[in-house]
Amino acid sequence: MKNLLLLTVLFSLAGSFSLNAQVDTFQFDTDEQQQRFRRLSDELRCPMCQNTNLTGSSGGVAEDLRREVHRMIMDGFTNAAIEQFMFDRYGDFIFYRPRLRAETVFLWFGPIIFLLFGAWMAYGITRKARIIDIEESDLDSSQQQRLQDLLDKK
Amino acid sequence: MSKLKFFIPAIGFFVLALLLWRGLYLNTRDLPSVLIDKPLPEFEMKTVIGSQLVTNKDLPDKMFLLNVWGSYCLPCLVEHPTLMRLTEEGEMPVVGVNYRDRKNLAIDWLGVNGNPFSFSLLDEDGKLGIDLGVYGAPETFLIDQNGVIRYRHVSVLDETVWQEVFQPAITALRAEQAGI
Repeated sequence: MKNLLLLTVLFSLAGSFSLNAQVDTFQFDTDEQQQRFRRLSDELRCPMCQNTNLTGSSGGVAEDLRREVHRMIMDGFTNAAIEQFMFDRYGDFIFYRPRLRAETVFLWFGPIIFLLFGAWMAYGITRKARIIDIEESDLDSSQQQRLQDLLDKK
Repeated sequence: MSKLKFFIPAIGFFVLALLLWRGLYLNTRDLPSVLIDKPLPEFEMKTVIGSQLVTNKDLPDKMFLLNVWGSYCLPCLVEHPTLMRLTEEGEMPVVGVNYRDRKNLAIDWLGVNGNPFSFSLLDEDGKLGIDLGVYGAPETFLIDQNGVIRYRHVSVLDETVWQEVFQPAITALRAEQAGI
């Protein structure tokens, strides 16, 4: 039990170290610049390691892109300009939140379509159940009595 | 109609299953390049051998391959014989981008394995790589005689890929240019 606890603590520490390992090597003039850098490298995806953002990736290209983001922030580029720079080179894939375009419409609205479809199905099923309920209670008094007798016998 | 409705969940399930099943076999590294049909980025860089300063003007004035390589890159060794053959037989010139490498290691690599490149651009900090939207070596771009990127291949370019992917693409491009 004690070992397990120790392992848990060690693993959670390892996680936090690796998350911080890639940041803080750049110098900034203001906190605002540093926050922008963090936000951008959190939201840009590493093209090489696909499921990691720039912050968490040790890939070569991620290192280069972090350096470029830093350079552009220091050169006074806006976030929009930096995102455009990335888009011009790596396309929609570079964003964890892709831009709304003809090619990405399904990504954005697909889940809502599935949700509506599911809701429609659920509505259909429950409505049918209600109809059956109503039909069942549609017995006259003698039938009701017989039903009750049958149930009581059990 | 009501019977058809009954099958909608089943149809939905099979469509989704089909899509997911297909997703298992998609090559997720094979991402579309946004640079297709765009001119090659402007550069002014030094070559690996000789440290000559070269620009876009020094590129071949006919169709050529731009190959991203590095001495650390094992798949580059796999495609190396194909690149050698292409240039030795004069089938197509190949320009190299020595990506995120060290100059002395790159020169050693070329000395040991042979140099298929007209010249290699020394891209130590990966800046040209970023402008090209490169993920990592090896990658190969097909550039037409106007300096426009026409095709991009991620990972190894061996004889099979050359015959099945590049040759048809080149034939189509040549036909298109003959038509204009």
